[in-house]
Amino acid sequence: MENTFKGSKNYVASPELMNAVNIAMALKKPLLIKGEPGTGKTMLAEAVAEALGKKLIIWSVKSTTKAQDGLYVYDVVQRLYDSQFGTSGVDDIAKYIKLGKLGEAFSADEQVVLLIDEVDKADLEFPNDLLWELDKMEFYIPETKETIKAKHRPIVIITSNAEKELPDAFLRRCIFHYIEFPDQQQMEKIIRVHFDHVDETLLMQAMQAFYYIRSIDSVEKKPSTSELVDWIRALELTGVDTSRITKEIPFIGVLLKKDKDISTVQRRLRR
Amino acid sequence: MFTGFFYLLRAHGFRVSLNEWMTLIEGLMLDLQHDSLTGFYELCRAVLVKSEADYDKFDQIFLEYFDGVPYQDELPKELMDWLNNPAAAMEEFRKFLRTQGYEEKSIEEILKMFEERLKEQTEEHNGGSYWIGTNGYSNFGNSGHSPQGIRVGGKSMYRRAFQVAGERRFRDFRKDNVLDIRQFQMAFRLLRQYSEQTQEAKTEFDVDGTVRETCDNAGTLSVCYKRPRKNTVKVLMLMDSGGSMEYYSNLCSMLFQAARQSNHFKELHVYYFHNCIYSSVYTDPRMYREHAVPTDWILQNFGNEYKVILVGDALMDMYELMEKRYDYRTSEAKWSGLDQIKRFREHYDHLIWLNPEEPPRWGGYWGESYGYIARAVDMYPLTVDGLERGMKKLLVNR
Repeated sequence: MENTFKGSKNYVASPELMNAVNIAMALKKPLLIKGEPGTGKTMLAEAVAEALGKKLIIWSVKSTTKAQDGLYVYDVVQRLYDSQFGTSGVDDIAKYIKLGKLGEAFSADEQVVLLIDEVDKADLEFPNDLLWELDKMEFYIPETKETIKAKHRPIVIITSNAEKELPDAFLRRCIFHYIEFPDQQQMEKIIRVHFDHVDETLLMQAMQAFYYIRSIDSVEKKPSTSELVDWIRALELTGVDTSRITKEIPFIGVLLKKDKDISTVQRRLRR
Repeated sequence: MFTGFFYLLRAHGFRVSLNEWMTLIEGLMLDLQHDSLTGFYELCRAVLVKSEADYDKFDQIFLEYFDGVPYQDELPKELMDWLNNPAAAMEEFRKFLRTQGYEEKSIEEILKMFEERLKEQTEEHNGGSYWIGTNGYSNFGNSGHSPQGIRVGGKSMYRRAFQVAGERRFRDFRKDNVLDIRQFQMAFRLLRQYSEQTQEAKTEFDVDGTVRETCDNAGTLSVCYKRPRKNTVKVLMLMDSGGSMEYYSNLCSMLFQAARQSNHFKELHVYYFHNCIYSSVYTDPRMYREHAVPTDWILQNFGNEYKVILVGDALMDMYELMEKRYDYRTSEAKWSGLDQIKRFREHYDHLIWLNPEEPPRWGGYWGESYGYIARAVDMYPLTVDGLERGMKKLLVNR
């Protein structure tokens, strides 16, 4: 195997996740990543790119994104505009073809990592419209009669928040992995990657409070890794007395974003 | 090879395609399983399973098919030889353990030692074969390689794939689990029919049309507008409130909020009833007299184009369902609860009943009403799966 992903110094990956990345790379298939918000789906692509020393191209999908946007855009308006003012080179259509993120990844001189972020945001047809391009790693531009073919097959990582069901035909072509929410031990490793020096008592107390909140069923929006990192940073900066952390949970607004959740937790603490 | 596994998966409703199976074989040829059962399990799952909701089902099938396969994961060669020669097994195992620095100990002894070791130990130990710590050959700690012993905290790193599967950690993602608000919203989003055939004014700038028109016009700008794409779905929701539904009040309030928040419906109207629909429904779950709205008014004012969702446990005494109810407005007893449900059924093409309660077992006292209602309307359980099926049912005509 030419590429093997072993995690990076800024990203703690579970052995299962690393295995899934390596399987996808070896089989030359897109890797579809799902998981709770804040489990580092997007960060994974950055970590893979960094660990393998490759350029990362990010295509963020929005609800209005069309598959065509990722391939190329033909700026017909600019061309018309130029023609009216007699700018030279109007007859060269290629000048008005602008490659999208997928086109960019295909035409790169080196192998790149392509992240298609939140693929489920777009319309249902979106993933299906990309089947051919992701399978064959090429597409045709009728305006210039040119075929853009990948010089080096990019490593494709696709993330999904499960907002919409993805079509079966698309799923069949992917390697799938679900990122589980990290357990305490894994979380400790992740936190240590984010902080060079962290007070041990503070860390332990914060983790305890964090998993306590997550264990309360009636909390609707459970805090995730990124919120824990922000919270520990806040605790560190203000130098809160560590004995207060589990008792009062200071700066609870960093962890919980809903008024209802905050009052639920505070009610429980008072008991 | 193990083609039987392929058919077993398909028999359990996994839509594994031949392409995916070939991908798996290709993966095996590239040695992506790293000669270990855990690796094989992970490879199979990554290639064949495409939703975390199916992880649990996959684990069960994997167990069913591969249980009893000799275990070859991360074990020293000596142990393998031992496994192949059961006669001399015990003796050799003891010998092997002795060479590794183990003494023979029973489980009780190990437990006792653990206690003592815990008392002795004053610092962290990782590696090594005596103290409690990580990565070592000691009987205690985690991520270790000792063939027998106690795991202390952490995650079993070098575990058998069967144990992974056996733990069934993905139980919570099964689709038939009862849901949270976000999942409700996701399910409601299925309920959409976009259309430009609305009566609205042409207010949306039509880019493609404008470009086309402009080019036709030799470059002189010609602006086009079109009607916006809008969801045309109108929803009428009737919820059972109070009584036996008290138990599900949390669930129902989530359903209600999800419906309110998914503001993509063209219209959403919510009314409440108790047990069954009688001559009045109510605009408020407390159902005081002043909240009452005649059921007939609902039927007259909400046309056939509305999609109707009834929510309730459908469990009540039979007389509550079958007896004709007195209506103070008309001073007569014309319709029973079941009659009212049938009137709704006839009036609306798209109508479902969502039920948070499990179907009662045959013959239960409260179950009788359930059976009657389930025969009258399409009933779906109030779970991710049930709601999704219900929404799909509401989208297609009968």
